Amino acid sequence: MSPILIRALVIMFGLLIVASITIRVMSLCSPERDWTELRQRINTWWWIVIVFALAITTPRAISLTIFAIISFLALKEYLTLIPTRRTDHMPLLWAYIAIPIQYYWIGIEWYSMFLVFIPVYVFLFLPMRMVLIGNNKDFLHSASMLHWGVMTTVFAISHVAYLTVLPGKPETGPLLVIFLVVLTECNDIAQYLWGKSFGRIKVIPKVSPNKTLEGLVGGVMTTMFLAWLLGGVLTPLSGWESVLIGLLIGVTGFIGDVVMSAVKRDIGVKDSGKLLPGHGGILDRLDSLIYTAPLFFHVLYYLHY
Amino acid sequence: MNRLLRLLFVVLIAYPVVLAWLGVSVANRKRLPIKGPGIIIANHNSHLDLLTLLTLFPLSKVHLVHPAAAADYFLKNGWIAWFATRVVGIIPVVRGGDPKQSNPLAGCIQALQEGKILILFPEGTRGEPERLSEFKSGLWYLCQKFPEVPVTPVFMHGLGRAMGKGQWIPVPFFIDVYVDEPVYCHADKAVFISDLKQRFEVLQNNAQGRES
Repeated sequence: MSPILIRALVIMFGLLIVASITIRVMSLCSPERDWTELRQRINTWWWIVIVFALAITTPRAISLTIFAIISFLALKEYLTLIPTRRTDHMPLLWAYIAIPIQYYWIGIEWYSMFLVFIPVYVFLFLPMRMVLIGNNKDFLHSASMLHWGVMTTVFAISHVAYLTVLPGKPETGPLLVIFLVVLTECNDIAQYLWGKSFGRIKVIPKVSPNKTLEGLVGGVMTTMFLAWLLGGVLTPLSGWESVLIGLLIGVTGFIGDVVMSAVKRDIGVKDSGKLLPGHGGILDRLDSLIYTAPLFFHVLYYLHY
Repeated sequence: MNRLLRLLFVVLIAYPVVLAWLGVSVANRKRLPIKGPGIIIANHNSHLDLLTLLTLFPLSKVHLVHPAAAADYFLKNGWIAWFATRVVGIIPVVRGGDPKQSNPLAGCIQALQEGKILILFPEGTRGEPERLSEFKSGLWYLCQKFPEVPVTPVFMHGLGRAMGKGQWIPVPFFIDVYVDEPVYCHADKAVFISDLKQRFEVLQNNAQGRES
């Protein structure tokens, strides 16, 4: 492992240790308050960061398997939420089979196949498999919902994994993943904190009543600053490019967040699942990344590969 | 030997299918009996129901857990019969026979006397996914004989969707399991059955996020 990758991981685990100690001290100082949710949230962050660290430091086969499992859990959570037709038993299984195949293209670095496999081949194949069963009722509805799930949880998320196999020094990929994921998560947190402190003007009250213009602007500015700070260290991006990428991640992270909120509102649930105690489901954590990952990937690819 | 086979069955089949392929979250697992005799009653939509129930118990207790299952379905073929009785450990119940000649519940009675944990599906057969059918009265006859044995209702949500009747490959969905407070037998059959039915309906409403 390169020294810079080690340093980045040490910083991440350091922050977690600080957070865990802080929550311990705070719960000792005011034991009358209920700290369960915050403690759960931080405990889950430990798991997320451990899995994340494994995903970017292990050999390619293991690393891609971890990313594929993340897609699997996300697709499973999505399909558990939406109504599916009983007759679509086999098409649903085929949608799952797309996961190992998509990550296999990444493993052999077949870039053009990685790009078209889901938007073209899976897109055309799933309705064909559904039509063979011959159930016309809700056909379009079911096909669209299945496509939406595969595109977001498999295609979009697999862009994070493709970063790890981009050509360059061995640490290039992992550092790019750290840059993308840390910026996306920090953007979420920054928007929340800015909104909580200064938020007045609601952006889209019907979808997400807590989202404010102040939170959005403050969050995006923070993310742009962080991108400028980290861009030169972790990525091949120049100063200006980093700031623009920060803007992109800030804005599209917000969009991913509210789009997934709209999906949950449509279905009538608050959290997408219970997989990550304190956070909700895995989609609640990946929502921003669904937008930031492909966009970051393609801008980066256009500029430097 | 049977004990080893059952352990292997749970570790090599039930755990991977239920815990890794599907994924289960259990509410109130502590309400399950950890020692026999006990009766678990559950809704029945899929062959996966039994696999799921087996994963709820610690491995050291799995050999105590026995499902009552239809003799006409599971004993009709030599291989399936061997697998069902030796590996899964089913207690065969003869459906639709003449109760005067032989007691269909004899196996269940013996199991409870031996201090085992019995799994019963009071709906009898696998019904439509996520829909409860009428409860059979065998349960009441059985617990009349064992008034001190706790009857624990367990509601499983999503298994009929993962692999319903006629399907043989489970589709991955997250599954919810709800364990209710144990109940004891009531002298009036109708009261007992309708009370249990009501409990299941409450659990089902919770599972579907509706107000009960």
